[in-house]
Amino acid sequence: MIAYEDASGWSALADGTRRAIVASLADGPRSVGELATGMPVSRPAVSQHLKVLKDAGLVSEHQEGTRHIYQLNPVALAALRDQLDTYWRRALTNYAEVVSSDAQGPGEGEDRAGQKEKRP
Amino acid sequence: MTQTAATVRRHVVVDTPIDRAFFLFTERFGDFKPPEHNLLGAPIAETVFEGRVGGHIVDRAVDGTECRWARVLVYEPPVRVVFSWDISAEWSIVTNPEMTSEVEVRFLAETPQRTRVELEHRYLERHGPAWEAVAEGVDGDEGWPFTWARYAALATRGG
Repeated sequence: MIAYEDASGWSALADGTRRAIVASLADGPRSVGELATGMPVSRPAVSQHLKVLKDAGLVSEHQEGTRHIYQLNPVALAALRDQLDTYWRRALTNYAEVVSSDAQGPGEGEDRAGQKEKRP
Repeated sequence: MTQTAATVRRHVVVDTPIDRAFFLFTERFGDFKPPEHNLLGAPIAETVFEGRVGGHIVDRAVDGTECRWARVLVYEPPVRVVFSWDISAEWSIVTNPEMTSEVEVRFLAETPQRTRVELEHRYLERHGPAWEAVAEGVDGDEGWPFTWARYAALATRGG
């Protein structure tokens, strides 16, 4: 049995083996056997870790013939990706505005201290 | 290696020389990052992008508190900067570096007066536990603490 001794009480990813499994699945879907091949732990141990990740909603599973294939939960990952995509789209749009409003300044020696008061 | 699901890529082209584009990106970061993403309890007075490897991106609030939310990993003016993203999907600071993602920004001179800025936010899978929190929290405030409690319960479950 695997002990869940996460002292911080944080998450399914507090375990090093589970982090390695997630990193491997980030490259693409894998079977238990494929995952176990790259890990210094037994196949049953990998299965146990996968169960924890699945219960946490991080990993989903489907069957192909007799093989169980695991992949990162696409809905969950897509939600984070969408959030950050929006963040950077807005940041780069604002950045372009900063650049164009700065436009002509050759600027290396400019004193920008006066601009620090802009925010409320 | 496929990484589309776990990577955000964005670019913008600006009409300014590469040196200036890099300078403005780092010096004025606080002026263009979306303002509502504030991890501090008070309005941000300034954001400082420390231009050296080992430096941080630091938000300073009007009440004097500060938040170091990124570590500068690569600093190669005027062509490249890489920093960690030490922020979970619940917008709290992540202290375990293995559970942080990474942002690379590359600057390419298309002409002497025009610069292409390419941004890649990668290794999003390292934020793992928060995915579900995001999915549940998108439409309401109650989703996040609820999910947080679920993760805590999971982690303390006997085995």
